[in-house]
Amino acid sequence: MKFLRRFFARLSNFAAGRRADQRLQEEIAEHLAFQTDENLRRGMSPAEARRQAVLKLGAAAAIREDHHAEHSLPFIENLLFDLKYAVRMLLRSPGFAFIAIATMALGVGATTAIYSVIDATLLHPLPYPNPSELVRIQDDLPGVGAQDVSVSIPEWKDLENSGIFQYVALDYFASMNLTGSAQPTRIAYKGVTPNYFAMLGVGAQLGRTFDPGDNTPGVIPEVVLSDGLWKSAFGADPRILEKTVRLDHDVYQVVGVMPPGFRDQGETSEERNMELWVAGGFADPPFPPPLRNLRFGTAFARLKPGLSVASAQAHIDALVASLKKQYPADYPAQAAWTIRLIPLAETVVGNLRQSLILLFGAVGLVLLISCVNVANLLLARASARGREIAVRQALGAARMRLIRQLLTESLLLFLLGGITGCAVLFCGRKFLLQFIPESLPRLNDISISWAVLAFAIVVSVAAGTIFGLAPAWLTSGLNLTETLRQEGRGSSGSRQRSRLRRALVIGELALSLVLMIAAGLLLRSFSDLFKVPLGFNPSRVMAIETWLPFPNDPKANIYSTPTQEAVMLREVLRRNRTLPGVEETAVGDLAALPLGHVKDDLNMFPLIREGQDVQSSQPPLIDTSTVSPEYFHLLGMTLLRGRLFVDQDLEATPSIAVINQAAARTYWPNQDPVGKRVRLSASKPDWTTIVGVIADARTESLADAAIPQVYLDLYQRLSNDLAFFLRGPVDPATIAAQVRTQIQAVDPELPIFRAETLNDVLSSSLSVRRFCMEMVALFAATALLLAGLGIYGTISYLVNEQSREIAIRLALGAQRSDILRMVLRQGLGLAAAGAVLGVAGALIVSHLMAGLLFGVSPYDLSTFVGVTAVLTAVAIAASYVPALRAMRLDPGTTLHSE
Amino acid sequence: MKEKPDVMQGTLTLMVLKTLDALGPQHGWGIARRIEQISGDLLAVNQGTLYPLLLKLEHEGSIASGFGASQNNRRARFYRLTAAGRKQLQAETRDWEQTAAIIARFFQVKAEDLP
Repeated sequence: MKFLRRFFARLSNFAAGRRADQRLQEEIAEHLAFQTDENLRRGMSPAEARRQAVLKLGAAAAIREDHHAEHSLPFIENLLFDLKYAVRMLLRSPGFAFIAIATMALGVGATTAIYSVIDATLLHPLPYPNPSELVRIQDDLPGVGAQDVSVSIPEWKDLENSGIFQYVALDYFASMNLTGSAQPTRIAYKGVTPNYFAMLGVGAQLGRTFDPGDNTPGVIPEVVLSDGLWKSAFGADPRILEKTVRLDHDVYQVVGVMPPGFRDQGETSEERNMELWVAGGFADPPFPPPLRNLRFGTAFARLKPGLSVASAQAHIDALVASLKKQYPADYPAQAAWTIRLIPLAETVVGNLRQSLILLFGAVGLVLLISCVNVANLLLARASARGREIAVRQALGAARMRLIRQLLTESLLLFLLGGITGCAVLFCGRKFLLQFIPESLPRLNDISISWAVLAFAIVVSVAAGTIFGLAPAWLTSGLNLTETLRQEGRGSSGSRQRSRLRRALVIGELALSLVLMIAAGLLLRSFSDLFKVPLGFNPSRVMAIETWLPFPNDPKANIYSTPTQEAVMLREVLRRNRTLPGVEETAVGDLAALPLGHVKDDLNMFPLIREGQDVQSSQPPLIDTSTVSPEYFHLLGMTLLRGRLFVDQDLEATPSIAVINQAAARTYWPNQDPVGKRVRLSASKPDWTTIVGVIADARTESLADAAIPQVYLDLYQRLSNDLAFFLRGPVDPATIAAQVRTQIQAVDPELPIFRAETLNDVLSSSLSVRRFCMEMVALFAATALLLAGLGIYGTISYLVNEQSREIAIRLALGAQRSDILRMVLRQGLGLAAAGAVLGVAGALIVSHLMAGLLFGVSPYDLSTFVGVTAVLTAVAIAASYVPALRAMRLDPGTTLHSE
Repeated sequence: MKEKPDVMQGTLTLMVLKTLDALGPQHGWGIARRIEQISGDLLAVNQGTLYPLLLKLEHEGSIASGFGASQNNRRARFYRLTAAGRKQLQAETRDWEQTAAIIARFFQVKAEDLP
């Protein structure tokens, strides 16, 4: 405290310092005048009177100095002085200042940009109070290789009663049609348990959310709107709470509007951009019956305060064990049912974590390389300023004082660079945000916040201190006499300095090699992904989605049987075929849209094989799509055995299915699956006969060819989330409106949404991968450029240093080509050392990023060799210019000027 | 030649305050001369050190200053004791007397007096 008080007193003195000093000066003058008068009165001569007065007073200047030192802040004063000096020095060499500041702006700006993404996604993923209490509850059946299989309603009740959670909520997301305005609109909504918002801890901006104590077993006729939907569909109507809305023919009361900043949790951008919420008890129709083996929703929970995830997990493990004992039929031992609690923050970012960390690592390397480059520049300048420093040292400047001053200069450079970087980032943020793929979570929350700015400043200062210290140390540690004797003749600086410069360049080359190899591997993976045989033909195919209403009241459902649905669908298909450019049409559910669906659109059904999967065993889960007969031909999928669906397969005819080769291989090894019968539901007794096997296609994931699939006939089975497929030279700009006209001619209450070509769907499924690859490639190119500049600078410096030696060699009759070779050899030596270190580093990095690669080994020889060759070529090219200069040296002039 | 004793840390403050208390408002030279006179030239007060102390005391609020005319009509800065300064003087006088008394007792006590 005392220290602080003194500090503030000194700080205020610092401001008032000039005044106090002036006052002291006045008082001393006054005192001298009094004393001189007195001495005169005593009869001294005027000169003697004055002399005696001064003697009696003591050393006036020393008194003033002491007072000043005691009452001000010499540190800050020196700092200000150093800063002034540093600014002057920078202004004197604007070229150097510009290059150094631009290099640091690049490094810090890029790092800050990536950090802002990380800050929003990895560090602050959940915009809810006490986010560490929130967990996702994931059920796995490792015994049958199934992950995240949802929670059944009785299990949900068990979890609620386990005593370790404040709330356990369920959710699922789907579509509904909002009708009543000019155009029916499809709404992405979330069905939740009434305690959902209470669990998240977020309230409404208008009205209320659902009552967590509501025990309605079926659907509660209330909706909560998002701020976006309230504004777009209801014109921000302030009296919205008095209104009802019509969704899938059911009427709901609007009870609340969420605040504008509210974003739902979830893994996909669609989940997070929810427009509307409906609550229910998940027990009565329209929900399926609450059976223990009927898994239904995704569960989330808020832990009791103070409970750690690990200790909650221990409770859950005990609960699972006792439930297994209580219900052996529902939890067969071979399924090995487990429940995992995952901190919700982790699930938001999911598999993006690795990509983001890779990006941050890559940009960190770029930052490091730019720092090294600037340190190199500082060293180069140090040799130019050797004489200045030596003179100052000769005049009595202490080494620490010199270091402090040099460090101030480098800190100023780095800070200016950091500030410039942030400023550029700030001005260009709108432009830059376009490049971030939409599927990145919390895209809208990415901003240049105070935390991000603080990060940039800390990085600049840390980099300035670390990379300014070594040059400052070496610069200030001159051998005085030698320097003063030599510098006048413009010859070599210290040997230590040139050794450090070489080390820095080698480090720079190694780092950029690491980055380039990472970029090369990602590039190879990406191009391999694009070249992979898809197994289907996406070109000239358009997909346009619709949603068939599924009202809670069965009597209001006009599509309650496959036949009713088929009549409508066949009519729409017939009409679509007449549209200009359309050659083929088909329809399927969302799961059938290749690469275009999110996880919740998948239909995972238990696959119960006749004679094999007896009642007590847990059947495997299989990915199921429902399609019209034309689907396979339209997408160019090849039939290997049996037959495909035909128009004669109807609701009334025996239920049939087509499987892919992976399913045949996995579930009927060494058998012919055609003719085998399966059941795709634990609760329904009817059998489905497999009639055909098609070749594998990468419809689920480009990276994985062999995911077992079952296709069912859309004319035998209901589906509400549909995509119409059109093949042909259609005009993508107008086709959506044309299809809407045709669909609404059949049913005016059906909306259409998300019209996309399959090629677009395919490329957006790769968006994050592409973003990652492009960014790393960009960083690698930057690194290569900086490393090239670094080696150019160093070789130029070496040539300069050796110009006398070269001149003597030439004078003694050395061939000019020898000189060229000598300089190039130096560049090559640096490149070789950098390459060895870089390859070693790259081996470690590529091993760590193996999970991000596809089709290429992390130790891919051709990438390693190719990238090393590129780096060597750049190093030689960068050394060539100074080498030429050395070769053309005129020995006469050089030796004369010495 | 024997060195004149230095002014003990803190005693100069007491001297300045007491001088202002006794003489009323004084300019710097007056204070310096008074201290010199009273100490009978035994004390080597480097007169210059007085002024930083005066600045400090004024900053702390024990004394205040203003311009006035000296006897020989020279314009000078005059210092006077403030209420806070008077209080400080009383406290420091008490402290000083206490310290002096303790030290004096140490000198009186002889070995045989000890129990």
